Order: sequence, then C-alpha cells, then structure tokens
Amino acid sequence: MIDLIYLAVFLPLLGFLINGIFGTKIKNEKVIGLIGSGAIGISFLIVVGAFFETLSLPADQRTNFVNLFTWMKVGTLDVSFAYQVDQLSLIMALVVTGVGFIIHVYSIGYMHGDKAFWRFFAYLNLFIFAMMNLIMADNFVLMFLGWEGVGLCSYLLIGFWYDKDFEKSTTSAAGLKAFVVNRIGDVGFLLAMFLIYLFFDSLKFSEVFSRAVSFDVPEHIFMLITLLLFVGATGKSAQIPLFVWLPDAMAGPTPVSALIHAATMVTAGVYMVARTSVLYAMAPTTMMIVAVIGVFTAFFAATIGLVQNDIKKVLAYSTISQLGYMFLAMGAGAFSAGIFHLMTHAFFKALLFLGAGSVIHAMHEQQNIQHYGGLKKYLPITYGTFLVAAMAISGIPPFSGFFSKDEILWFSYTNLGFVFWLIGVITAIMTAFYMFRLYFLTFDGKPRFDEKQTHPHESPKLMTVPLIVLAVLSAIGGFIGIPEIFSGAHGNVFHSWLSPIFKSANLKLSYFGAHSHFEEYLLMAISVAGALGGISAAAYIYLKRPSIAANTVERFKSIYTTLWNKYYIDEVYDATVINPIVNSSRSFLWKIFDNKIIDGLVNGLAKSISIVSSLIRKMQTGIVQSYALVMMIGILLAFFWIILSL
Amino acid sequence: MLNNIQEFYNILPLIIIGGLILVSLIIEMYSESSEKILPWLSIIGFLFVGIYSLVEVGRTSIVLQNMLATGGVVNIFWLIFNITAAIVCLLSINYIKKYGAYYGEYYIIIQTSVLGMMLMAGAKDLIVIFLGLEVMSISFYVLAGFNRNRSSANEASLKYFLLGAFATGFLVYGIALIYGKATTTSIDAISLNFSALSGNVLFLTGVLLFLIGFSFKIAAFPFHMWVPDVYQGSPTTVAGLFSTAGKAAGFSALIVTFAALFGGPHGHLFTPYLSAIAVFSMLFGSIVAIMQTDIKRMLAYSSIAHAGYMLIGLASGNIDGVAGIIFYLAAYSFMNLAAFGIVSILEGKEETNLDLDSYAGLGTRSPFIAGLFALIMFALAGIPPFAGFFGKYYVFIAAIKSDLTWLAMVGILSSMISVYFYLRLVVIMYFKSSETEDKVSYTASEIIAVVIAVVFVIILGLAPGSFIDLVTKFL
Amino acid sequence: MLTEFGKVFAFILTAVMFVLIAVFAAKLIRPARPTKEKLTTYECGENPEGSPWVKFNIRFYVVALIFLIFDVEVVMLIPWALVYQDSGMLGFLVGAIFLILLGLGMAYEWRKGDLEWARPKITPLVLTKTEPPEEKQEKELNLGE
Repeated sequence: MIDLIYLAVFLPLLGFLINGIFGTKIKNEKVIGLIGSGAIGISFLIVVGAFFETLSLPADQRTNFVNLFTWMKVGTLDVSFAYQVDQLSLIMALVVTGVGFIIHVYSIGYMHGDKAFWRFFAYLNLFIFAMMNLIMADNFVLMFLGWEGVGLCSYLLIGFWYDKDFEKSTTSAAGLKAFVVNRIGDVGFLLAMFLIYLFFDSLKFSEVFSRAVSFDVPEHIFMLITLLLFVGATGKSAQIPLFVWLPDAMAGPTPVSALIHAATMVTAGVYMVARTSVLYAMAPTTMMIVAVIGVFTAFFAATIGLVQNDIKKVLAYSTISQLGYMFLAMGAGAFSAGIFHLMTHAFFKALLFLGAGSVIHAMHEQQNIQHYGGLKKYLPITYGTFLVAAMAISGIPPFSGFFSKDEILWFSYTNLGFVFWLIGVITAIMTAFYMFRLYFLTFDGKPRFDEKQTHPHESPKLMTVPLIVLAVLSAIGGFIGIPEIFSGAHGNVFHSWLSPIFKSANLKLSYFGAHSHFEEYLLMAISVAGALGGISAAAYIYLKRPSIAANTVERFKSIYTTLWNKYYIDEVYDATVINPIVNSSRSFLWKIFDNKIIDGLVNGLAKSISIVSSLIRKMQTGIVQSYALVMMIGILLAFFWIILSL
Repeated sequence: MLNNIQEFYNILPLIIIGGLILVSLIIEMYSESSEKILPWLSIIGFLFVGIYSLVEVGRTSIVLQNMLATGGVVNIFWLIFNITAAIVCLLSINYIKKYGAYYGEYYIIIQTSVLGMMLMAGAKDLIVIFLGLEVMSISFYVLAGFNRNRSSANEASLKYFLLGAFATGFLVYGIALIYGKATTTSIDAISLNFSALSGNVLFLTGVLLFLIGFSFKIAAFPFHMWVPDVYQGSPTTVAGLFSTAGKAAGFSALIVTFAALFGGPHGHLFTPYLSAIAVFSMLFGSIVAIMQTDIKRMLAYSSIAHAGYMLIGLASGNIDGVAGIIFYLAAYSFMNLAAFGIVSILEGKEETNLDLDSYAGLGTRSPFIAGLFALIMFALAGIPPFAGFFGKYYVFIAAIKSDLTWLAMVGILSSMISVYFYLRLVVIMYFKSSETEDKVSYTASEIIAVVIAVVFVIILGLAPGSFIDLVTKFL
Repeated sequence: MLTEFGKVFAFILTAVMFVLIAVFAAKLIRPARPTKEKLTTYECGENPEGSPWVKFNIRFYVVALIFLIFDVEVVMLIPWALVYQDSGMLGFLVGAIFLILLGLGMAYEWRKGDLEWARPKITPLVLTKTEPPEEKQEKELNLGE
C-alpha cells in the first residue's frame, strides 16, 4: 500500500476534475456527494493500508519514498513529484483523509439544496489534494505547491457564498483578507527556501536535514532560515502577528471552517515546523521565539474568546489559542507532543465546528449564542457530542484533550520554565470557561428565542453520524498517547512511534534536569482543577446568576470593549499598515508611478516596437525573387564571416 | 543488408511507414471512399510506430552498413514525428472537406513526408540526410498546394518549391565540398577527423553551406522569407505539420550531424553563425508578429522566433543545449499543433475567419475552445507552468553554461516582446465583443486532436524533468 | 591573416565590384531617353508578336514526369544488372522490390487515368478568384488533342 500512496494523493484530484468539469451536468446531489466523499474515503483506506504496512516494518525502515516523476531538473536542483511516507506524514495523512472524509459526508447533508453543490465538493477535493501534497512531499518545492494550493482553496471556500454579506463587508473580502495575509507568510517561506538551497544545495528534506547536521553552517543562518519559515507558519497557522484572517475566515460554510480552518490547513504551519525540526534544533533562539509567540497567542486569543457572542467566532479564537499551544510545544522541543495535540485537536475542534454547524442549521442561520438556549431537548445528539468535545478541549480526563494538552504543559514546564507553564494553565482555565460559557448558553438554560416561530430540529443522519464518530474519537483518541507515568513500561506509544523522525532534533536539544513524578502529578492536578474551576465558574455565572456577567461587564467596561473589539488589532493594522500603503499607492504609485512612468514606458516601447515592426515587414514583398535575394545576401554575409574569421 | 532479425526489429518503424504508404496507395487506387479509410489507417499506423519507438527507445544500434541509427534520441524524434502526424491526420478529417481538397492522397503524402523525416532523424550519412530531406520536402511542396483550384495555395506551393530548391542547392553543394575534403559522407568518420579537417577553408565552407541549407528548413532568419506566405497559403493543418514536424526534422538532422562535436574542441566553431541567426530570428519573428492581422501569418512569425530560441540550444554547443532543443521541439510541436488545430476549426470556407478580429468574443461564444486557445497562447508565450516555459528555460540555461549569457538575455527580451502578441489574442477573445453570436461548430475528431495536444503540453509542463532525463540518458 | 583561398576570394570580390561599379557609374552618367522602339524585345529586327509567356498544355508535364521515372529506373537497373550475378538471392530481392515500387507507381498513375491523353470531363483550372475563363480559352487549352 505504501507504493500506492500516490493514489491517495491523486484520487481527490480526480474527484475535483470530475465534479469540477461535469458537476453542472450531473445535477444529482447524491452522485456528486458520492464522488466527492468516495474519492476521500478511498484515499483514507489507502493511507490506513500504508499505515499498517509501515507499522509492520522494523522501526528503522519506516521511512519510504515513492517517486512519481521528475518535475524539474537543472544542475543540482532536482525537484520531483516524490512522496515521503514516514511516521509523521502518515499521522498527518490519517488525520487529513480521515477527518476530511467525515466532513465530506457531513457536508452532503449540510450543503443540501445549495445552488453550487458541485462547486463545493470540487473545491473540497482540490483542497484535500493540495493538503496531501503538502504533507506527503519529500521536498520543499512540492510542499510549497501544496502550501499555495491549500491557500487558494481556502480563499475559494471562504468566499464560497460570494454573493452574501459578512459583517461589515462581503465574504469575498474575507477571502481576500485571508489570501493577502497568507501571502505575507508565503514570502517568508519562499525566502527560507532560497536560503536553504543556497546553503545546502538541495531542497529534498532527507538531504537538507542530513546536511544541516554535517555541514558547517553558522548558527545565525539557521536562525534566519527558521525564522523565515516560522513567518510562513504564522501566516498559515494564524499566529501573532498574522492571525487576523482566521476569524474572518468563518464567513465560509461551516464544514469548511471545520476542515480547513480548524482541523487541517491551519495546522500546516505546525506540521512544517515539526518536519523541519532539525533546522529548528540548530537555532535555539528561534525555538525560544516560537515558544513565546505560541504561548502568547494562546493566551491572547483565549481572552478574546471570553466575550465573543458569535458561535463560530468563539471557536475561531479557540482554534488560534489551541494552535498557540502547538507552537508552544514546538518551541519547547516537544515535537511529538505538539503533533499529538494537533491530532486530538483535529478531532474535537472539527466536532465542535460540525456541532456548531448543526446548531446553526437548526436555528436557521442564527449564529449569536445570546439567542440560543435550552437546545438540549431539541438537538439531543448534537448536544451530547458537543459536550464530549467541550470536555476534551477543556482538558478533562480521560478525554483526548487532557492527555495532549497536559503533555505540552509538562514539557513547557520542564524545558522552558515555570512562567510558560503558568500562562499555559491560565489559558487552559480560560479555555474551559469560554467553552462552557458557549455550551451553557447554547444548550442549557431557558430558550432565549421565540419558540413559536423557530422550531429547532435535529439534523439528518448524514450529519449526526459524523458527529458521533468524531465524538468517539475525541473521547478515546487520547489513549494512544498516554504519558509514561500512567502506562508504565509501555511508555508513550505515540511518542515512540514518532521518535525516529525527531531523533536528530532531540539529540541536539538535550534538556537536563530531573523532575520527579510527584511534580508531574501535581501539575496535572492543578491544571485539571483549574479546568474544572473554569467550568464551574461558567456554570455558576451563566446558569445560576446571569446578572454577574452583566455586572462584570459594567464594572470592567473598558477591558470588555477592548476584548469585544479584539484589542482593536484590525483597526491598528488598518491605521498603521493598510491605510498608509493604500494611500501612498493611490497618490503616488498609481497616479504617478503607474500611470505616468510605467504606462508611459510601456506604451512608448510598444509604440516604437510597432513602428519598427511595420518598417521591417516591408521586407516581405511577396515576390519570390526578392526573397531569394535576401537569402543570397545572408549567404554572402555568412561567407564573409567564414573566410575572414579563418 | 539485414544481418540479423534484431536489425529488422530496429528499423521496423521505417518499414511499417513504408509499407503503410504502399498499402494506402493500393487502397487509393481501388477504393471509392479512400478519403474515409485512409485517415484512420494513417492514424493507427502513426500511433503504432510512435508507441513502438517509445517502447524500443533503449535499443540503440547502427544498422544498414552505418547508414542509419536507431534507438535513443532517434526514437524520441520518431515518436515526436509520428504523434504529430497522427494529430494532424485527426485534425484533417473534417478540415480538408471544408478546404475543398477532399482526396485520399493527402494522407499518403503525409505518410511519405513522415518517412522522410524519420530518415533524417536516423541518418548516419550525409546522403541519407539528403534523401530524407528531399522525400520530406517534395511531399511538403505538394501538400502546400494541395487544393489545385486555389490561387493562394498554388502561390504558396510554388514559392516554397522555388526557394526550397534554391536552399537545397546550397545544401548539396555543401555536402559536395565536405566530401571533397573528407572523401567520405559518413557523419561519424567526419566528426572523428574533424580536427584535421577543420583547418581547410573549403571543408568549413561546405559545413557552413550545409548549415545554411537547414537554416532554410527550420525557418531561421534570413532564410525565413518563405514562411509567412507558405503558412498562409497552405491548408491550415498542413501549415501545422510544416511548423512542427518539419521543423523538428530539420533540427534532428542538425543534431545528428553536430551533436558528436559538442563537448569537443570544435563544439563552438559555428557558434558565431548560429547565435547570429538565432538573435535575428528571435527578434525579427517577435517584432514583426506584432503587426500581423492574419492569425496564420502571426503564427508563422512566431514559429520563426521559436526557431531562434531553439538555435540558442545549438549555439551553446553542449549536451544540455541538445537536450533542451529536443524538449523544446516536443513542447513546441504540441503547442503549435494545438494552435493550428484551433485555427483550422475556426476557419470558415474560402479562407474566411482568419483575421484576428474574427476571434473577438470567442470567450463567450465558445468558452471551451477559447479556454484551450488561451492556454496555448500562454504556453507559447512561455508562461509557467506550461511546457513552453521549460523549453525556453532549458535552452537558456544551456546558453548560460556556455558563457553565452548575452544570448539568453536576448532570448528573454524577445520572449517579453512576444508576450504582447500572444496575449493580445487572449484579450481579443475575451474582452472584445463580436458582431456575430455564432457558436463554433466542430466535430469530435477535431476537438479530440486539440485536447490531446493540450494534454501533452500540460504533461510536459508538469513533468519536464522526466523527459529531459530520458533524452540525456542517450546523449 | 588571409588564407590562400581568401586571396582568391578577394580577387573574385574585386572583379565583381569592378563590374558593378562600372555598370552603376554608366547608369549615372549616361543620358536616358527611352522610346517605344528601344524598349521592345530585340528579335533580329522582327516586330515581336504576342506575349513571350506561352502556355503549355499541363499534360506534357505528366509525360515528362513519367519519362523521368523510367529514366531513373534504367539508370538504377544497369549497375544492378552488372553485379546481379555476384549478389545472388539478396540482389534479386533488392531489384525486385525496386521494380515493384516503380510498378506500383505506374499502376497508380494508370488507375487514376493520368496516362489517358484526352480527358474532356476535366474542367479548366481556375487560378484566379475572378470570373471563369471564356469558352475560347478552353479550346486553346485543349489544343493538344
């Protein structure tokens, strides 16, 4: 099955082509949905097959390459469509195709009746194709191709309902924002790629990483490369300072938010850091920067999440916050812990989004949680699965989020220090709080909508079954990564599976310092207690005494409005970056530089070339004799040359 | 003669095409509906030979008493010729009916010309090159004037014939001079003794004349004068064949004669001549194409410019350059064939719908065809990721490796100029409203032919490395 | 600097230039008073009649081409006949294939009716897009009958 992995990559492309070209002709939603999700389903089965085949191999032979064809080859630059099937890419592929398949199935129900049903599935399949290229690539160029591809799909899907309004502008504007912000990050990625080729003379992962260890390259080069790569990662994974696009990306259909803006694409940055962990390990400074940005983003996004009222906005900020955790893990050198959190996060965050989609579906596109309430009895399945996901994200044992988040916190304590751990725990408490605020306001309490006019109803089976599957995964998904202190002799299974990938990075980063089991238990207990505290606080405030919330808002009005307006980040960016650029473009670049200089140059050049052209074409008289004469002159000139030059 | 059965298998492509001609001739003699049978017979034959050549690509040998080489690069050329010819036949089925020359002989003459090309590509002897060249050229003269009742076709044919004969005269004179000094016409023997021979001015003049003869065939400046008139006058599909397979055949002959010298001390002997005609071809083709209003003339000038780009690869005189040319030829063949195919689809009866303005509004009238055409224009302009970009990229890289950076710079400059007229067509198709609302009618065979060519353009653009690997393996 | 041949070439060049310069110089200096008489073609004192572009019947070319084929056949067959005894079966086959090819070409021409002299069905070739030629011209074309 490993050799067939290219099928897993290209089947989604096939689905895209079929639905994209013949979609308008097929018309039947069932057929389109079947083609779309079938392509992903088969991909998933192939990836599962490859996974088990890899599992059966001895640990040191688990990295395999599938070379499809040479793409470009010039000198030492040799770029192939080649896929690297190893522990890391398989985990990612399982998540992408698995969660992707579930969301595809869900979308058949969710998008039912949409006028561009075929287009939706075509884009989704194209996204999976690009994402698979990103994660399976064995070189930077192919990875970049996938990187750009997912960005494109994200843009197309955010603006999927291009004729709808979103907040103050349109969904297309939101898509454009995502695209432009991502471009900034992409520049970083590209520059890093150039530097890598300059110093290591290759763009193939395996060669670059072995040369990174053996070549004598100064540390500041590594720092530059990794920082530039990290700029790319902050764009794609919505970290400070490039996180502003993700909340707006919620303009897209909810399955898109679940698949692209929660489970898979936004984790591409984390994956990229993990993939290039060797380079990061050579640059400790960058590691520290990554950790700081990660933990700060986690905290920062969580505070905004506390006050938002749009159900999808809350989830969006929670996604940013959780991605911050993953970068914290990367910065702490706990790469496998970060990937573990990536995986569990994919489960429970996709579930949260799909549940939110189900709620929105039931409430006729109402997204404000202040207008929900008491939905428990109307949407029993959504309610149950949402509760599981909320528990998982809050870190309540034994749900999956507990294991992954706790591991990150533990490593940030041992490898980075107490402060990182403390901010992490505070963020975790806030996470539990806003998540259960959302939960209580939506499902508990009394309905705050007109029950006579709105009749919420449970979603069809096509939507609820995916919810249940994801709920099961969110609940038990953490057991594959049970920390050593619980599992004892077996150790952390997930960690040992991934360890060969991060071996050389971990060798570089040797952290010393003994920490007792007692410490670990204590920290774990504190974070669980904090999470429980956050939940009970939410329950107390939003179920028992709703007045507290109002009073707090009154008392801390300024803080509240700052949070409500997301720290005015968008406004700050507008004032400091966007408006100056737009204004100067308008007044100078456009009116003077473009209109006068560039256009003048281009038009003048074009005109003079046209004049030259009309002069020379007179040579073409149409008379054979004159043609022969021109040939003869040419031959005579050639004769002169050969006789005079010898 | 045939020493063993293996030799027979190696030249089987030639034998099949030869047999195909005879069989087609007999069918033409006795069948009333030969014009319906022959295209399909030709397509099957061409496809079989093309695929056979590809399968047998690894079997390099020299057969028929050092007259012919098979396998390797030769087979790659055979593949290009045959696939191109098959696409031309597929395009012609409907076109020649519209063009008013609905005869079965058309396909027989295409087969003959392909036989000539295959001889040229496989030649190991100057005489075989000449033989192949003449078989190809005479077929081309006939094809150019295939509609005897059309004055433009007659003019094209006569012009092509007269100038072609003129150029061939120089070619033969060149071969005679080479033979006079080297006392052999075997290419291997000449290349082997090249150092000793190259002191002789008559020998060098002979080689130069040989080059000039082929400069005519590949339509390089200043031997390009026939190109616009002939392309405009001949049937559009035939013009497609001239500009693709015909040009590829000319380059194949240059490559088989000169490739052995590359890398040696005399690899750069003719670089001044080659780079001069390359520069002039590129600039002349691109600049004059801007002012053309007839699409076929525009494509003709563009083909002159492309000959210039390919000559860069030859001028750089290294293996990379040769591999670059072969890739370029393959890419260019499919691009140009698709372009001429679309032109032939859109062409009306009596040479109407050939000026650029008749393409106005095509984007709304026939979005599919307009899309394909726009893609082809992007590819011809050398915009990545299509095959045209990588073709230019490889020859420019080869030039830079041979310290001919200025040549690559001129190439880039000329590409920039050429973007103007390629994209102008796109602009006309999409942004200019047309007077008519007519949908374009086409038959399945035509559109399949164009789509196949476009698919090759995309594939070569996506996986240029694989093709280059295949070629460099045999150089 | 110049090779031996270069010197010869320089001589050739000088000769050509000499003639050209003389002709052009003459053209510049001489008086030009053309009359109708002076401009007519010189035909030994006779007045020229009609255009020098006489049309031949196209079928003469067919005959000429067929002659060419058999001419080449003879040229190829004589050397073949001289070594025929030594080359055995293979030589026979080569000759036979050659003859078959020529025979096929001949058969093709025959079958297509190109060997028949008079073909009244044929409509005259129209080389211009203007009006078809008049009746008289058609008769002229068929003079060869």
